[in-house]
Amino acid sequence: MNEMNLLAAAPEIVLAVATMLILVVDLFLDDERRNVTYALSLVALVVVAALCGMLLAQDAVIYAFGGLYVTDPMANVLKMFAALATGLMLVYAQGYARDRGMWHGEFFVLTLFVLLGVMVMISANNLLVVYLGLELQALALYALVALRRDDAKATEAAMKYFVLGALASGFLLYGMSMLYGAAGTLDLNELARNISAGKVASRAALVLGTVFIVSGLAFKLGAVPFHMWLPDVYHGAPTPVTVLIGSAPKLAVFAIAFRMLVEGLLPLAVDWQKMLALLAIASLVIGNVTAIAQTNLKRMLAYSTIGQMGFMLLAMFSGVVGGNTMTTANAWSAAMFYVITYAITTLGTFGIVMLLARQGFEAEEIADLKGLNRRSPWYAFVMLLLMFSLAGIPPTVGFYAKLVVLQALLGSGMGGLGGSTAIWLAVIAVLLSLVAAFYYLRVVKVMYFDEPADTSPIVAAPEMRVALSVNGISVLVLGIVPQYLLALCAQAMVRTLGG
Amino acid sequence: MQNTLPWLSLAIWLPIGFGVLILGAGRDRNANVVRTVALVGSLLGLLVTLPLYTGFDAAQAGLQFVEKEMWIERLNAHYHLGIDGLSVWFVILTAFITVIVVIAGWEVIESRVAQYYAAFLILSGLMIGVFTAADGLLFYIFFEATLIPMYIIIGVWGGANRVYAAFKFFLYTLAGSLLMLVALVYLYYAAGGSFDLAAWREVRIPLTAQVLLFLAFFAAFSVKVPMWPVHTWLPDAHVEAPTGGSVVLAAIMLKLGAYGFLRFSLPITPDAAHELAWFIIAISLVAVVYIGFVALVQTDMKKLVAYSSIAHMGFVTLGFFIFNRIGVEGAIVQMISHGFVSGAMFLCIGVMYDRMHSRNIADYGGVVNTMPRFAAFMMLFAMANCGLPGTSGFVGEFYVILGAVKYNFWIGMAAATTLILGAAYSLWMYKRVIFGEVGNPHVAELTDIGAREFLILALLAGAVLWMGVYPKPFTDLMGASVAELLQHVGQSKIPLAR
Repeated sequence: MNEMNLLAAAPEIVLAVATMLILVVDLFLDDERRNVTYALSLVALVVVAALCGMLLAQDAVIYAFGGLYVTDPMANVLKMFAALATGLMLVYAQGYARDRGMWHGEFFVLTLFVLLGVMVMISANNLLVVYLGLELQALALYALVALRRDDAKATEAAMKYFVLGALASGFLLYGMSMLYGAAGTLDLNELARNISAGKVASRAALVLGTVFIVSGLAFKLGAVPFHMWLPDVYHGAPTPVTVLIGSAPKLAVFAIAFRMLVEGLLPLAVDWQKMLALLAIASLVIGNVTAIAQTNLKRMLAYSTIGQMGFMLLAMFSGVVGGNTMTTANAWSAAMFYVITYAITTLGTFGIVMLLARQGFEAEEIADLKGLNRRSPWYAFVMLLLMFSLAGIPPTVGFYAKLVVLQALLGSGMGGLGGSTAIWLAVIAVLLSLVAAFYYLRVVKVMYFDEPADTSPIVAAPEMRVALSVNGISVLVLGIVPQYLLALCAQAMVRTLGG
Repeated sequence: MQNTLPWLSLAIWLPIGFGVLILGAGRDRNANVVRTVALVGSLLGLLVTLPLYTGFDAAQAGLQFVEKEMWIERLNAHYHLGIDGLSVWFVILTAFITVIVVIAGWEVIESRVAQYYAAFLILSGLMIGVFTAADGLLFYIFFEATLIPMYIIIGVWGGANRVYAAFKFFLYTLAGSLLMLVALVYLYYAAGGSFDLAAWREVRIPLTAQVLLFLAFFAAFSVKVPMWPVHTWLPDAHVEAPTGGSVVLAAIMLKLGAYGFLRFSLPITPDAAHELAWFIIAISLVAVVYIGFVALVQTDMKKLVAYSSIAHMGFVTLGFFIFNRIGVEGAIVQMISHGFVSGAMFLCIGVMYDRMHSRNIADYGGVVNTMPRFAAFMMLFAMANCGLPGTSGFVGEFYVILGAVKYNFWIGMAAATTLILGAAYSLWMYKRVIFGEVGNPHVAELTDIGAREFLILALLAGAVLWMGVYPKPFTDLMGASVAELLQHVGQSKIPLAR
C-alpha cells in the first residue's frame, strides 16, 4: 500500500505527458495544419482508453503513491468511458469549432486537462486528491466555456459557472476540513475505519462536514436546489463544451460521490441517505416540470439533465439498508450504469445539435429540428432513438438504466425497512418520467410531424457521420443486448467494494 | 410437437428484419419495390405462424414452442418465448392483419412509403412478441416498444389533428404501463429474483399487496383495452390515424391490454381479482351500455366504430371477470372476432374515405347505387358488428352473455342490451351511408371497389363467416389453457397462516 506503483497511474501519466507534448507541438503549427493537433489528441485519447482497458483486464485493486491513489475496476471502467466520450466530443466538435474560431491548440489542451482532472477524481483515495482533480477539471472547464471571448452569452455563462463552481468547491473543501478535524485523517479508507472505531473528536462536526460534502457534490451534479448554474451554462457554453460538461465530468462526480460517501463515510449512511433522497425528489420534480416550458433545446436538455441526475440519486441512496451493505454493490452499479448510459446518450444528442449547426447558425432551438426526417431520415432516426432512450422507452438503453434504478430502489425497501416508502418513491419517479416523456416526444414530433423550415443540406466530416451513427445505434444495440454493460458495471462494483 | 425451428422467434424477427431492411434500403422513388418487399415480408411472417396452428397440441395447457435463453444475467431475465391456447390465435391474427394492412396501403400511401411499411412490419413483430413473451421483462419491453411505431404512424400519416392524437395516445398508455413497471419489479423481488411468468403464478402475496399490484396492472391494461372512463384517447387516435393504423389499433393493439388481464391480473393476483370483480364488471357494463349510446349519436363514421370497439371490449373484460369457462372463452373468441370485424369496418370506411375524403355520415347516402359490391361487404361486416348469428360477432357475445347469466341474471341482462344497441348504431349508420337516394353529386361519381380492395375485404369476410359458422377450431385450441387459467384464478394466493 505504501509503494509508488506508477503503473497503476499509467493512463494519467501518459495523458499528462501527451497533453504537454501537444501543447508544445501545437505552437509550431499554423491554422491550416491544426488537424495534426486533432489527430494527436485523438491518438492520445485512444491510447489512454486502451491503457484503462488493460488495467481493467487485470481486475485488481491497486493502490499508488502511498495510498493517495487507487486504481480499481470501477475506476478503470469510468476512465475508459470518460476518455472515449472526450474523443467523441472532439470528433463532433470539429466542424462547429472550426466555424466559430475555436479550433486552436488551447481547445485541445484544455479538453485534455479536463479529462486528466476527471481521471484524477475517479481514482482519488484521499480527500485532497479529490479536490486536486476537481479543481484541475473545473478550471480547465471555466476557460473552455469562455473560449469564445467575444460571445456575450458564453462569457456570461463562464462567469456564472466560475462563481458558482468556486462556491461549490469551497463547500467541498470546507466539508473536507471538518472531516479532517473530526476524524484526523484525509485518507478515505482510514476515515471510514476511524469513524467505525469511534475514533472521532466530534460527531457533530462529522455530520456537518458530510452536509457540506453532499452539498458540494449536489452542486457539481446539478441536483436541486443547487442546480441554478446548470441551465445557463448548458445554454451559454459553446455546444462542444456543453457536451463535455455533460459527459466525462458527470462520470467523475459519480466516482467521487462513491469514494467519499461509500468508501469514506459509509458509517454515516443514515445521514447522507436522507439528504440524497430529498435531492433526488426535488431534482426529479423541478427538472422535469421546468423542462416542459423550454423552447431552447440546450436549455431543455439541461433541465432534463437535472431530472436524470435525480433518477440516478435514487439508486445512490438505496445502497445501504439499515446499516446493511448487502445491496450496496447492486445499487451503486445501477447508478454507475445510469451515469454511463446518460453520458452516451447526451453525447449523441448534442452531436446532432452540432451536426445541424452551421456558420452563424446555432440550431439550438427545438424548432430548428423541424422536418429533420425530410432533410435526413437517418439522423432523424438517430435522434429519435436518443430521445426515446432519454425518456426510458424500451428497446433503448435508457429503459434499462431506469429499470435497474427502480430495481435497486425497491430492493432497498424489500429488505425489510421502509418498504412502502421505497414503493412510493418509485411511483413518484415513474410518474415524473411520464412528464419527461412529454418533452422528449415533442422533439420527435418536431422532427417527424412538422415540415422543414430550413432545407439546406447537412454537411459533416465523414468521421463525424460515422461516430454519430455508431453513437445512435449503440443506444439501440445496448437496449437489445444490455447484459454485457450491466454485467461490466456490476462486476466492477462488486470487485471494487470487495477489494 | 415438432420443434425443429424457432418458429416464435421467426414470427417476431422476420417482420422486424424486413421492416429494418425497408427502412434502411427503401427509397420513395422506387415505392413499388418497397411495397413488394413489404408484402413478401408480411406473407412470410404469416407463413411462419402456420406451423404454430398445425403443430399445436390442444390437449396441453402449458406453454408450447418454448424457447428459453439466458438474456440479462444480472436481472435473471430470460429471452423466454412460448404460446398456449390463450395466445396462439393472437399470433396468427397479428400476422394475418399485417398482410391485410400492407395490401390496404398499396395505392393509398404515397409519401414516405418506406417508413410507413417499415413501421407496420416492426409493429407487427413487436406485437407478436407481446403475445409470446413468457418473461415479465420481455413482455414489458415488447409492450412498451409498440408505442414508438404507432406514435409515428399516427403522427406522420394521420389526419388534421394528428399531433394531439399521437401525444394523447402515447402519454395515456405510457402512464399506465409505467405503474405496471413498478409492479413488475415488486413481483421480481416477491418471486425471489425472477421475471418468469410461471414463477409469478406460484408466488403468494398478501391481499393488500395484491390489490395494489392489481391496480397497477389495471392502470396499464385498462388504458390499453380501453375501458371506460380511460377510453378517451381511442376515438381521437382512431379518427386521426391513417386507415392502416386504425386497423392495427382496433384489431390487435387493444387486444394487448385484454391479453394482459389474462396473463397478469387473473392468475397472479386472483384474490384481488375476486375482490375487485364487482368494480371491473360495473365499468365493463358502463362501457357496453353507455358507450353504446355514445356510439349511436356519432356523426363521424370512424368515431362511431371506435366507440363500438370500446363497447365490444367492455364485453371482453366482462367475460374475464365472471370467472367461468364459458365467459372467458367467449371473451377470447370475442377478441379474435373483433379483430376481424373492427379491422374490416375501418377498412370499409377507409375505402370510402379514399374516394370522398370525408368521414362524415352526412356526406354520404345512397352509396349502394354506385358501389354495389362494396355495399354487400359492408353489410356483412355491419351485421357481424351487431352480432348476427352466422357471423363471428355472434359467437363471442353469445358465450359471454351465457356466462354472465350463469354468474348473475341481471348482469347478463344488462350485457344483452348490446344486441339492441349494437344493431342500432351499426345498422343505422349503414342505412344512412349506403341506402337511400344518392345524396350528392360526389357519391354519384364513386367507383366500385377494385381487385385489391375486393381481395382484402373478401379475406376478412371469409374469416368472419368461418368463425361464425364453425368456431370449433378456435375454442378447441384454447380449451385446456382456459381451464388451467381458471384453476389458478380459483386458488387463493394469500400466504398461508403459519
